[in-house]
Amino acid sequence: MTTDLQQRRSRRAAAAAPPRRRGHAAPPWWFTVPALLLFAFVVLVPSARGVYYAFTDWDGLSTDFAFIGLDNFRAMTDDPDALQAIWHTLLVAVAITVIQNGIGLLLALGVNTAIKSRNVLRVLLFAPAVVTPIVTAYLWRYLLGWDGAVNSLLGGVGLGSLRQDWLGDPDLALWMVVLVVVWQFAGYSMVIFVAGLQSIPKEIYEAAAIDGSGPVRRFWSIVRPLLAPAITINLMLSIIGGIKLFDQVYALTGGGPGHATDTISTLIYKDAFTLGEFGYSIALAVVLTAIVAIASAGQYAVLNRNEKAAS
Amino acid sequence: MTRYTSRTLALEMLMIAVAVVFAFPVYVLVNLAVRAPSDTSSPIALTSSPTLTNFTQAWQEGGLGGALINSVIVTAVSVLIVLVVSSLAAYPLARSTAHWSRGVFLLIMLGLILPFQLAALPLYQTIRDLGLLGSVWSLVLFYAGLQVPFTTFLYVGFLRALPRDFEEAATIDGCGPLTAFRYIILPMLKPITVTALVLNAVSVWNDFFTPLLYLSGSDQQTMPVAVAGFVGQFVSDWNLIFAALLISIVPVLAVYLALQRSIINGFAGGLKG
Repeated sequence: MTTDLQQRRSRRAAAAAPPRRRGHAAPPWWFTVPALLLFAFVVLVPSARGVYYAFTDWDGLSTDFAFIGLDNFRAMTDDPDALQAIWHTLLVAVAITVIQNGIGLLLALGVNTAIKSRNVLRVLLFAPAVVTPIVTAYLWRYLLGWDGAVNSLLGGVGLGSLRQDWLGDPDLALWMVVLVVVWQFAGYSMVIFVAGLQSIPKEIYEAAAIDGSGPVRRFWSIVRPLLAPAITINLMLSIIGGIKLFDQVYALTGGGPGHATDTISTLIYKDAFTLGEFGYSIALAVVLTAIVAIASAGQYAVLNRNEKAAS
Repeated sequence: MTRYTSRTLALEMLMIAVAVVFAFPVYVLVNLAVRAPSDTSSPIALTSSPTLTNFTQAWQEGGLGGALINSVIVTAVSVLIVLVVSSLAAYPLARSTAHWSRGVFLLIMLGLILPFQLAALPLYQTIRDLGLLGSVWSLVLFYAGLQVPFTTFLYVGFLRALPRDFEEAATIDGCGPLTAFRYIILPMLKPITVTALVLNAVSVWNDFFTPLLYLSGSDQQTMPVAVAGFVGQFVSDWNLIFAALLISIVPVLAVYLALQRSIINGFAGGLKG
């Protein structure tokens, strides 16, 4: 995903290069066979079977199941838990994308300056991104608990009245999931933004400063358009990651209280492995796939437009 | 831009303050992990008499040693396989202009969109029928296939930007395609291989959903599953849990700190072109 740019740059370079003798030194097709076999076995065939099972009442065990058409999808429209999970998935993905990238961009602008601690800060702020998500989620489950560090901190600074069970309140719990993901991955967005900022030639920036434009104006008119590739990559990573979110919800709330934080992914897991409704569960996975595909197509369209605008 | 003014100092102070807020959870993590369970003072107060007993107890009771070995095996073997097969496949896919090449590339790129939740349940059935449930080799197989699209994508993008002169010269000199790949292409792929290695290793090591499915009910665990099991077992014995959490992330953090420059560049990848 990250090298989309490279790819397009190289395509441009290839277009400019002189034509090659066709067929000369073309590597053999069988080089692709090992990768194709693995890919087909793990992704392609099971996914195709998954789409088929979504139209059956398969229970995950028996070879005896019936084709039931759209029944699983129809059942979904009558299932408040499923509808709620789809809504949560969209809400969480959008919230994470906006907040994580907003904070990531501010951090990048702060770190990409003359401050002495910039390298240390970059290493420190990015560190959570390499840590296992389930581990950070368990840490936060404690921090946000009634006896946890967040409430202690609030009590310590005289805001004791704000103390509450952050993960136990159905109205708050979903936002706590967002908070934990943003805490972990804001540094990731920052690193990508910093790379984008560093690719902007200093001369452009200095010329604008000499022309007398202020920092906000400089950011909006110069930095923002040149940062478009970094923005697109960041949006893509965070929105698709947000749509597939599972580990953090599983560890923080298990989807609760009630179903207040269930996402499509946690519901897929529960329906399949605690209720044995594999067919229905896979129908949910098909919905998830459709959402990812729509988001990717949208991102791709925006990416193309930005690329055209930039060139 | 490079002068250090009083405004730079103010920004420096602000950024350090932000970093302190970010680091607060980690402070609590370490602070409680070294605290005896009998010490009931506030979680934000610095532990007065630190102890390492939580770590020894967590290590013994959590089966973390076995999980660590499994995680290392699964990550190392699956990433090695995916790097080899993807770079090999990327070579003709990047070079050939034939219809089949374009078709195969698009087919593999389809894998970038398909969420693994879709394939996970049917594949669960296949893995069960093969008798591989509860075996770490099911995970090796899974990641080796799952990471093919992304890794191939990285390699194809990188290869297309590389000049063909060296391999053409090698072919004229009578080099076979496999030899040309091994001695000409592979060395030139080193920068993107580092990126692919870092991104794949982090996502395989940290994955929780797959081992949760394929290893559940067995005595085999990877680090994330062992940690989840540990939390389930010791529910609110947070001092002990935090020691286990720390043990599980120390290997990753050690590698990160040792290789921070290549790792951060790997994640920022692509943008540098």
